Amino acid sequence: MLGWEFPPFISGGLGTACYGLTKAMDQLGMEVTFVLPKMVEGRYTTHVKLLCPGSKKFASASGFSELRNVKFHTISSPLQPYTTSETYQKLIEETLRQKHDMRLGGITSASQLVSSIDYSGDMYTEVHRYAAIAAELAEYEQYNFDIVHAHDWMTYPAGITVSALSGKPLVIHVHSTEFDRSGEHVNQMIYDIERQGMERADKIIAVSHFTRNIIISRYGISGEKVEVVYNGVERNGNWSSLTETGIKKDEKIVLFLGRITMQKGPEYFLHAAKKVLEIMENVKFVMAGSGDLMHRAIELAAELGIGQKVLFTGFLRGEDVQKIYKMADLYVMPSVSEPFGIAPLEALDNDVPVIISKQSGVSEVLMHALKVDFWDVNEIANKIIAVLKYPPLQMTLRSHGNFEVRKLRWKDSAAKCAKIYEDALLPV
Amino acid sequence: MSSVCFYFQVHQPVRLRHYTVFDENDHYFDDYKNSSICRKVANKCYLPANRLLLDIIRRFEGRFKIAYSITGILLEQLQEYSPEVMSTFDALARTGCVEFLAETYYHSLSFLYSRDEFTEQIHKHIDAIKFYFGQTPRVFRNTELIYNNELAQLIESMDMFDAIITEGADHILGFRSPNFVYKPQGCDKLKLLLKNYSLSDDIAFRFSNRSWAQWPLTADKFAKWVHNVNGNGNVVNLFMDYETFGEHQWEDTGIFDFMRHLPEEILKHPDNNFKTPGEVAKHYDSVGIIDVPHIISWADTERDLSAWLGNAMQSNAIHELYRLEKKIKQTGNEEIISDWRKLQVSDHFYYMCTKYFADGDVHKYFNPYDSPYDSYINFMNVLDSLHSRCSEKVAGGADSAKKQDKTNCILGVKPQGKNPPDLQPADQIT
Repeated sequence: MLGWEFPPFISGGLGTACYGLTKAMDQLGMEVTFVLPKMVEGRYTTHVKLLCPGSKKFASASGFSELRNVKFHTISSPLQPYTTSETYQKLIEETLRQKHDMRLGGITSASQLVSSIDYSGDMYTEVHRYAAIAAELAEYEQYNFDIVHAHDWMTYPAGITVSALSGKPLVIHVHSTEFDRSGEHVNQMIYDIERQGMERADKIIAVSHFTRNIIISRYGISGEKVEVVYNGVERNGNWSSLTETGIKKDEKIVLFLGRITMQKGPEYFLHAAKKVLEIMENVKFVMAGSGDLMHRAIELAAELGIGQKVLFTGFLRGEDVQKIYKMADLYVMPSVSEPFGIAPLEALDNDVPVIISKQSGVSEVLMHALKVDFWDVNEIANKIIAVLKYPPLQMTLRSHGNFEVRKLRWKDSAAKCAKIYEDALLPV
Repeated sequence: MSSVCFYFQVHQPVRLRHYTVFDENDHYFDDYKNSSICRKVANKCYLPANRLLLDIIRRFEGRFKIAYSITGILLEQLQEYSPEVMSTFDALARTGCVEFLAETYYHSLSFLYSRDEFTEQIHKHIDAIKFYFGQTPRVFRNTELIYNNELAQLIESMDMFDAIITEGADHILGFRSPNFVYKPQGCDKLKLLLKNYSLSDDIAFRFSNRSWAQWPLTADKFAKWVHNVNGNGNVVNLFMDYETFGEHQWEDTGIFDFMRHLPEEILKHPDNNFKTPGEVAKHYDSVGIIDVPHIISWADTERDLSAWLGNAMQSNAIHELYRLEKKIKQTGNEEIISDWRKLQVSDHFYYMCTKYFADGDVHKYFNPYDSPYDSYINFMNVLDSLHSRCSEKVAGGADSAKKQDKTNCILGVKPQGKNPPDLQPADQIT
């Protein structure tokens, strides 16, 4: 399996999805070798085996007792799935610092790291460098696998290469497309990579019908090879050690959690907030996340005169996410184009009712959620007010929603993937 | 001897328009949607079914009889949007073979929340039936056949009715058959008619179901089943939604042809006949007492109230609605009272049902909302607006009277001091 994110180094839903999926696959007894552009450590990987490209051995074999069937390969690279070229330069610097730390931490992948500095001049070469190393690793593994499964565009060239070298079928997993991330202003290079990956793939897994439609209509792919596998949600009932925060509870809290980018519709959230505050006073709006529109969002809040009512927390991880869910009365996801959207499921899992945009994959699977068109600011505000004002609504949404989320298990998603693998392995 | 007793429930709610918390005007109802649905159902069901039944009644010269319970809220809509349906109902009324039943004018759940409102709505409905069809109903049916002992006792104490109708639910009957006339627990004279849900649902729900072992259902087959009751019962009560004809069961299922041939098949057996609920009550004596301490209804498999009051949103909405009763009536403003009453239509609460929402089923029928949550939010926004209106109106009474005159002018209705106040049909015709 070729991926780009894995907890705790995540910037969005992709890492969460890869974690949930591999964990469930492991439980089903499927053997997964996961190739990552970056070193991964910490408690999230204790269930997997990890292979490091530089040392060509399992990175820390001792810690991986829980899930025996998943191996990890990592490749040092500054690439991240949600980058735009403007922020790319910054990321390289950051990653170089990280690599430096890793070296200090005793990981002996020096040769790879040195070469990577020469190659990391732009995203395009980076993607291909990743492909080259992935191919190398595949060879090292003696092509001892049945399927190549690539997650999102950055890994498609690698997937194509490995599949071609090994003669194993290629399955690509579309968690998002360039149209979701950039609207109509697509990056032609990325689009081409995506399209090539889709064309060369034996099977395509889309995270929703919403995404499947984009694949068919925008990339001209035949519907026959595109299957929908919904994401699941990782339940964690781990509440105990949460400490209280500074926000007073006589104020209602409406939460936006996600990258602050065009795709996520932060401006619709703020415009709706403005409308809500015209009617209700004791409401705070929390925007948890970072992104290239963060500064503009802060400015917009100030322009609308609601600056004192909107809090920006920056990017949240782990326990902080749980904390913010615990405080929130309502989660709003006004995404302009959301292939799936795991966050609302996590919100429901944390007993927070959700308002989600109809332009999302998750609205296909959630019945017990309030749904709005992302552009319909009036309606978003109307529903926010209703949830805050009428406890029975909150209660019903919460209890039914929580129940509904329990039915979305990674195990089912993994089983569906297994079925698709079988189809891909069938001789044509 | 076995009698077949048909009664059809005829009802369409008034649907609310999309009303957000930012809306400020006091027009709550979706006139366009209500009129288009009313016309659509009129063309697919009411008109063809009325014509068919009128034809059968004429053909059998008094031997084929039926009964209707038409809600006041539908009568208002038909009057406005499809007056031709009203004239066919009027023609049916004139045959002398059609009985009209009484119910709450607004198809409401008022029995559960306000006895005053409940009886007022019954009187209002009876007045409307009297006015339109020249009959005074003597048989009562409550909304969705909601029923318990207390209801029967209340109805008896009104001293206007011979019989009351409810569901022949298994758990109230036990080993007994619905095909007899009974007496409600605690009543002296009032009789109880029970729906034979098995035979009724054969027509209303299963008729077009191809996976049903008895499909296709033909008139002579059904007549045989009815005839089997002979010797084991007096009356087969076939109670169903009128929309069964042409709407729930589309015309191409053959439902109209089935109905066209059913009377002659049933009357082939000399023992059989058709009776209206009122005649059944008069003709047959009660064979026993039925005790229903807990509330039942004809809805879903549970036969309880959970379709309207099953979740927190539903019970919150309806409690808030009836909590306003005193305030609303104190305004004396007919517009406000009428709007409040239209909010009592049970369908508003049905739309909020989350019971089978995830599966998607009959609850979706003409449901104007995407989800039960949307329906609750909309309802509460409207209720909120109504509430603030009645606070305003208590403050300035003179203004309200003026405004009301204006509205009546638009509708072509003159104000009239009669009780119940917002029923004004007489002026529209004379």
